[in-house]
Amino acid sequence: MHPLAEKMLRKSALPSIYCPGCGHGTVLNAYLRAVDQLGIFDQISHVGGIGCSGWTPVFLDSDTIHALHGRALAVATGLKLANPGRKVTVFAGDGDCTAIGGNHFLHAARRNIDLCLIIMNNEIYGMTGGQAAPTTPSGARTQTSPHGNPEPTLDACKLAVCAGASYVARYTVAQPRRLTRAIKEGLVHKGLAVIEAVVQCPTQAGRYMHGTGSPVELYRIIKEKTVDLSQAAGLKPEELAGRIVTGKFHQDPSQPEYTEQVYGLMDRARGGS
Amino acid sequence: MADEVVIVQGNEACVRGALAAGCRFFAGYPITPATEIAELMARDLPGSGGVFVQMEDELGSINSVIGAAWGGMKSMTATTGPGFSLMQEGIGYAAATETPCVIIDVQRGGPATGQPTLSSQQDVMQARYGSHGDYEIIALCPASVQEAFELTVRAFNLAERFRTPVILLSDEIVGHTREKLVIPRDLEVTPRTRPRARPEEYLMYRADESGLLDGMPAAGQGYKILVESQTHDETGNRRGGDMEASARLMRRLCEKVTNHLDELTDLEAFGCEEAEVVVLSYGSVSRSAGHAVKMARERGLRAGAVRLKTLWPFPDQAVARHVGAAGRVIVPEMNMGRISREVQRVLRREIGVVSLPRLGGALPTPQEILEAMGGR
Repeated sequence: MHPLAEKMLRKSALPSIYCPGCGHGTVLNAYLRAVDQLGIFDQISHVGGIGCSGWTPVFLDSDTIHALHGRALAVATGLKLANPGRKVTVFAGDGDCTAIGGNHFLHAARRNIDLCLIIMNNEIYGMTGGQAAPTTPSGARTQTSPHGNPEPTLDACKLAVCAGASYVARYTVAQPRRLTRAIKEGLVHKGLAVIEAVVQCPTQAGRYMHGTGSPVELYRIIKEKTVDLSQAAGLKPEELAGRIVTGKFHQDPSQPEYTEQVYGLMDRARGGS
Repeated sequence: MADEVVIVQGNEACVRGALAAGCRFFAGYPITPATEIAELMARDLPGSGGVFVQMEDELGSINSVIGAAWGGMKSMTATTGPGFSLMQEGIGYAAATETPCVIIDVQRGGPATGQPTLSSQQDVMQARYGSHGDYEIIALCPASVQEAFELTVRAFNLAERFRTPVILLSDEIVGHTREKLVIPRDLEVTPRTRPRARPEEYLMYRADESGLLDGMPAAGQGYKILVESQTHDETGNRRGGDMEASARLMRRLCEKVTNHLDELTDLEAFGCEEAEVVVLSYGSVSRSAGHAVKMARERGLRAGAVRLKTLWPFPDQAVARHVGAAGRVIVPEMNMGRISREVQRVLRREIGVVSLPRLGGALPTPQEILEAMGGR
């Protein structure tokens, strides 16, 4: 076993539920590296939602809550407020976070609560067998869009910035170093850090949407679609259609953080300054 | 020091009871007729070192209450019918993961938006069966402002001991009635206790013979808690595909409640020994029922009263003992007669069990109940 896995994985919860070639393992890898480099594993509680991605924190040998579908951020809000001295990382899928859990996503961002939210975006509902998600490209064929997806695609990062999250970045699994760096920044950032990790799903999105179940081929497709934020600025909307823009979209450490606001209010109510 | 005596409404009594019981986290969403609980928590919790958060919806409320419980705080929410419906998945989650918390449902008329400002007892079965899957729940029914306080304290104590969500089934009448509340100086409060096992030996869901768990750990105490929503084994690890482990868990979750029926049973019986007719009631309806029985006895009827303070688990033996000998049992309720069916089940007969359903939002009057008893 890799030394990082030896150190931080919950052995009794293994093997993982990930399919062979799944991108979620790469995100977990980046997360372990980020946490290890910061030396803060013992200071973090973890919350996951439902779906392939939601299992990620279950594999961590830490305080972990595996919540209901869509409710990871709500559980994390209570956990953080009750236990403000500890960091909380939330792992959620694109459907978990932006569809069924969309309201909590909006309001966690608005509150700018000090959580590190990692959205593992595979553009599809993987665990249930490949149905369309809010992140599924328009026109794509899935099990619930066999004639092509009639819906437009949600950009979770844009939504997070608009709603008030104070750190927002997106990288793909083909950019593991940048992804690791973003997770590190997100973990030390005070406020809601939203890190979207674009991952390949060979089993569902790969086979049904991209015509290949090969992780290598899916990596190539992800790389081809990726545009850095700096280059994206010079491109027209039609040139950006279907592309994955990666980079750091927003970072503002000066935005008020919710837990501090709540505890500040408590101090004042108790007659403090 | 003497007891504190105040005049407050039932919703405020719940808040005072919660604070006295050690509640330090409240999450809620405005909804009539439960809103005063959130408002007063917002006012009073911060000064008591507690956290108030107004969540974006009731799903957020119940789930942040669950998160706070595992963060180490006694936690609760309050709502009414529509919000209670939205919370059901979370209540099932709390039952399955053995998360102590308190949910107050100040019942109003329904279904749907129903009657926001009027009272009902239409959620008694939602409290019992509201979430999917099999589980047992504890639900308490106050009939007065004093009981709203006392049963809120008891709800927190039971949540800690039984490691389960406990529902306080209040109603609009109890919630908005203002009357005397005596807050005793000495209250029995069950503290949150850590597991006795050391972290390295600790198993999340190792239960004693009666099905109860060993203390409640919190994040950051070194236990490396694993709160797993899928059916799980003693370690907390998922065993959804393991039929035996899943069946074992489901059975224990139910039996840890039913094994302690005597301890959970809480009712008042009056004049049942010689009674030919007994009125069985719960919640605000007991106010009319008590009056009706008094009137009946004044008129020479051999009448008795039973008032349930714990509604779930249903106190089968105690009910059978108190009303079994009476020829007739009158069950006035502000619903279609849901609990009268429980009485029929317990007595194994329909004959002589008279349901007196009252819909529309008003209490049945003592006169109505008296007439059903055969008096006038």
